Amino acid sequence: MSGAVPFGEWLASGLIVLGASFALIGSWGLVRLPSLMERMHGPTKASTLGLGAMLAGSIAFFQLVKGEWTTHEVLVSLFLFVTAPVSANMIAKAHLHRLRQGGQPGPAGAPAAPSESSDWATYEAPHAGTPGAFADE
Amino acid sequence: MISCALGFGFAALGIALAMNLWRLLKGPGPEDRILALDTMVINVIGLIVLAGIASGDGTSFEAALLLALVGFVGTVAFAKFLLRGDIVE
Repeated sequence: MSGAVPFGEWLASGLIVLGASFALIGSWGLVRLPSLMERMHGPTKASTLGLGAMLAGSIAFFQLVKGEWTTHEVLVSLFLFVTAPVSANMIAKAHLHRLRQGGQPGPAGAPAAPSESSDWATYEAPHAGTPGAFADE
Repeated sequence: MISCALGFGFAALGIALAMNLWRLLKGPGPEDRILALDTMVINVIGLIVLAGIASGDGTSFEAALLLALVGFVGTVAFAKFLLRGDIVE
């Protein structure tokens, strides 16, 4: 029954379905979850696992069905793996900044403050002895 | 086989884009809208990848790479603007 379908096509199809499911679930999390800090979980998983699986499926398709290697997918996924945490961190920083300026926290409340001797890195001056501390000198 | 998977993928990414658009229109704060735009860029990259598989040529991946670059820069610029009131200081 499935003997006529080559293995590469099975692999590519499974990876495409997996990646698209992750993208859908990530966007569903963006709609469903109550506050911004929780909402950031879904799309970051969609961008790493979802797009990673879809790009791996694309590599598998072009190699095992068409018989040629493509490297663009590796570039795209490497770039996304590097930038997804940075953009999530930037959005979280903007959110903390707006909360401090009197923005309304979501139903889950504001994020808990760090320990009493420190503050969020967004607001604190760099500690002495760390690479960013040259501004104090 | 691959066309069934591609059909499912296109449908799932379309529904995901509609959800992101809902969050973009509704989202209570500007940071929610930034997050929704970032996720829309991710889903459109997925659509371009699937379209590249469907058409069978590898030229659309340059478009995906460009969109990844531009989407990241746009997200960082939006967040920087919220943080600092300016983008390039």
